[in-house]
Amino acid sequence: LSSLAVLEQRDGKLNHGSLGAVTAAQKLGGSITAFVAGGNIKAVAEEAAKVNGIEKIIAVDNAAYDKGLPENYAPLLVENIRKGGYTHIIAGHTAFGKSLMPRLAALLDVQQISDITAIEDEKTFVRPIYAGNAIATVESSDNIKIITIRGTAFPAAEAEGGSASIEDGVDPKAECNTEWVSENLAKSDRPDLATAGKVVSGGRGLKSKEEFDRIMLPLADALGAAVGASRAAVDSGYADNSLQVGQTGKVVAPQLYLCAGISGAIQHLAGMKDSKVIAAINKDADAPIFQVADVGLVGDLFDKVPELTEKLNKQ
Amino acid sequence: MNPFDELSIEESVRIREKERYPGGVEEIIALSIGPPKSVDILRTAMAMGADRSIFVEVKEGEEVEPLAVGKIIRKLVEREKVNLVVCGKQSIDDDSGQTGQIVAGLMGWGAATQASKVKFGEGGVEVEKEVDGGTETVRSKLPMVITTDLRLNEPRYASLPNIMKAKKKKIDKVTAEELGVSLERRLKTLKVIEPPPRKGGGKVEDVDGMISKLKELGAI
Repeated sequence: LSSLAVLEQRDGKLNHGSLGAVTAAQKLGGSITAFVAGGNIKAVAEEAAKVNGIEKIIAVDNAAYDKGLPENYAPLLVENIRKGGYTHIIAGHTAFGKSLMPRLAALLDVQQISDITAIEDEKTFVRPIYAGNAIATVESSDNIKIITIRGTAFPAAEAEGGSASIEDGVDPKAECNTEWVSENLAKSDRPDLATAGKVVSGGRGLKSKEEFDRIMLPLADALGAAVGASRAAVDSGYADNSLQVGQTGKVVAPQLYLCAGISGAIQHLAGMKDSKVIAAINKDADAPIFQVADVGLVGDLFDKVPELTEKLNKQ
Repeated sequence: MNPFDELSIEESVRIREKERYPGGVEEIIALSIGPPKSVDILRTAMAMGADRSIFVEVKEGEEVEPLAVGKIIRKLVEREKVNLVVCGKQSIDDDSGQTGQIVAGLMGWGAATQASKVKFGEGGVEVEKEVDGGTETVRSKLPMVITTDLRLNEPRYASLPNIMKAKKKKIDKVTAEELGVSLERRLKTLKVIEPPPRKGGGKVEDVDGMISKLKELGAI
């Protein structure tokens, strides 16, 4: 058994969120190699070499891989997997992993196992289906296992304590029929939604973007929390697309998920029901969110949330 | 119909109606792979504007894995000389999110996943994609694969006259065997369980009650 953890980088910096792939490889046992590619990759490779548990870093220095475009990144991985003979290829179920790994699986004629939350043994994996309403255990008969992991189930491996060797990977320089044009990422000084320890989330009950910002953002700041939203709030323009929590948005599992004005549709619950503590404020006492909330408060969020923010700030 | 598939049909029809593709859209084919009852989905797709359908019928209860779906689509894309595949970003039962990327990989085509905007221009097809933390725009050329995300468009309702018209449109039936694609599964489902239920239902009287309860639970 030998695993290849495909790590993500941005502008010459290792994405520590992608180190969950190393944690999954540790659970499998066997040797662990990590893969990084991009322009000026040396700094990223050196950073990755310090991660606990990795034996070897395969690094490919070529700016053509900076944006993680699957059209050339998948053939790149194929060549390096052939050379290294890895049995398990692991990446995060992130935008990068979701667009890349199925293409890699197609090239290797493997049926990928998506978004796993647990590893039973080297060929048996656990993954949620039906928006988390059922949990399937599946056994793979492919020689190579291609896996994406759910970030909330595999915390990042320790960034210190390792001393992996660094080796140049092979570079097939495959043609890329897609080019990267631009990106527009929401800028925020608050914690990242996917990995934050606390999340405050607002729904349709906030009524407008102005009210969403006026009511929810000070609460987020009082708690040092990331901001999330329900699909209804995002569709109504109260919050940015990237903040959507749910089956088709982000899946989060913070220590505290505090929501206001969210009724708790099943698709929303799929994105947050593994949170350690769920607190909800809603004026409808029968809202389904109260069935999963550890701490429920029935009341008008326009009164209760500012009061909560004020009292938290005083402490 | 899976909501992402509705978005895919809608986008295809809009590309034609708004004449966004310079050469015009010759034909829109709806494809479904599933048990006998899934033929209804194709009727809906044709009522929304698809010209004809291909139905790959499988036995009731037979689950087709994304890799096999991708291989079936490859065969049909080659047979029908398709140059744009539009499909949903994920199913809403298995939630794998693989098919579009597999098709692109098998065909060697470009892929733009989780599209929220599709624009045809001189330099090719520009697609705005939903990524972690925002959006990203990529440019590719036909032939290519686009997978759809929620904010791409708002699917229309099929009107009664269009539902009637769709009844006359053609549905070709074919089996995976006839296409030479094996449906043998690579993943064996050992068990499916319900997730452990969450014990919710705790209520507090006021904001002070909420703060002290959150403290008690170690959440703040």
